This record gives sequence, structure tokens and C-alpha cells, in this order.
Amino acid sequence: MPTATIAGRDVHLNDEGFMTDPNEWNEEIAAFLARQIGIDPLTEAHWKVIRFLRGDFAEQGETATLRRVSTLAGVPTKELYGLFPGKPARKMAYVSGLPKPKGCV
Amino acid sequence: MTTESHGFIAPQFDADQGRKLAIICSKGTLDMAYPGLIMGNGAAQEGIETHLFFTFWGLDIIRRKTVDKLTMTPVGNTAMRIGSTSLAMPQLLGALPGMSSVASWMMRGKIAGLAVPPVHEFLTQITDAGGHLWACRMSVDMMKLTKADFIEEVEDIINVSDFLELSRDAQIIFV
Repeated sequence: MPTATIAGRDVHLNDEGFMTDPNEWNEEIAAFLARQIGIDPLTEAHWKVIRFLRGDFAEQGETATLRRVSTLAGVPTKELYGLFPGKPARKMAYVSGLPKPKGCV
Repeated sequence: MTTESHGFIAPQFDADQGRKLAIICSKGTLDMAYPGLIMGNGAAQEGIETHLFFTFWGLDIIRRKTVDKLTMTPVGNTAMRIGSTSLAMPQLLGALPGMSSVASWMMRGKIAGLAVPPVHEFLTQITDAGGHLWACRMSVDMMKLTKADFIEEVEDIINVSDFLELSRDAQIIFV
């Protein structure tokens, strides 16, 4: 498993580049990860989604799907596509230091 | 702000760029509506250009009058089991009055239990994600329908050559 140093912290990544230990994550790392995928800067709207994902993961033990984010965090699907273009579900998980969502919807 | 990093790899989020998927939905039962919707939604979520083409009985999925009333029947379905057992549902039992409603009700419950949206909401979610919904010209004419009979998310009524044009270089799935 690859290890990288981001913002002075050692983080573990899987082969795809997703962080494997959510506890290694912090906001500075999030900003770094976001920049790598062309999201710069992270706005308050991004942080709202990221905070929801982190909190939901802590409670549920798995990453929220796009639908879960839109219904429970109250961020419309269209807006999520604007914030994390292309592959919103994966991108928001990535920036939040969480695994890809397992659910299909 | 610069942040130092070493040994870093970034995921390939653009691997599906330029990819297209066209799904032909030809059946209007509750159980056969979902495969197209789930794949279409999944594809749109992955940033894949997605087109759903509704034809023949599949038009029921996008008709205002039927979108919330799709049903299924256990009759003639030998894959129908009793609960999660391997016991086949007796065909005569499936033919009893009200059994289709019961089966449809049970399936709706199971779908909702998986946090999968009902049909209309699912279609909205797909179009919100950038997916496209099309109705088949020939089926529409045959059933004497007009664009006003369809939910507003339906972009247009198109013929087969339009469909072939928009699905050029797409992967095509028939449901």
C-alpha cells in the first residue's frame, strides 16, 4: 500500500489514490486533494458537503451515496455536480479522505 | 499556498471522458423499469454521457398517467420465489385477484428500503445529473400519445434515425 506525505503528514493511499485511513485526514489535506483534481479553492458549499460526509461516515461506517448527500444534507443533485464536476460521488469521497461509496444510487 | 507532498498518486477521474451510454427501455413493468434507471443513473453519476430511449411498453415509465403506477405480476414469472426461500411461487396463487398489487407493493417497499427512489424521482435525478430521456416516435404514434402525455423531464420524441445518430459511438444496452 503506497504511503505519501501530504502537508507534512504521512497518509496511506490505495492503488487508486484514495486515502485508506480517515483518521489521517485533515482540512489541509482536503484542500491539497481537491487541488489535485482541479477543485480550487474549496468554498463553504464544498465544506458543507465534506463535513456531512465525514460526520455521516463516522456514524454509518460507510461513505454516503450521492442520493444520501442530496436528501440528508439538503444539497440538490445539480449543485453537487457543480461543486464536484464529472464524478461527484467519487470526488467528494476522495476529498473527504473516505473510501468510494459502495451503494449504487 | 503550496503544500508539500511526496509519493503522491491521484485517481484517474477523467478515465470515462468521452464515453457514451444509450439504454433502450422497452418494458414498462416495475421490475423491468429499474435496471435501466439504475444503470442510467450510475452512468450519469460517473460523468458518462447518458441517453435513455423509451420505446413500446417502456413508455409507461415516462407517461404522466403511469409513472407512479408501474406494477408487476408474479404470473408467468418462474423466477418468483416465496420470500427468500427457493420455493417457487405457485402460478395459480400468483393469478389470484390482488396478487399483482401485493407483489408491486412489496417490491416498492424493498426498493425504498434500499434508499432507491421511486420511478419519477429517479428520472428527475437522472436528468439533474445531466442524463437525457427520449420517447420513441413510432410507439408514441401507435399509442396516440403526444409530448404533453410525458413527464416534463422527457426532452423530445425522436425516431430511430435520431436515436442512432445520438448514440453514435455509444455503448447500447437493451432492457
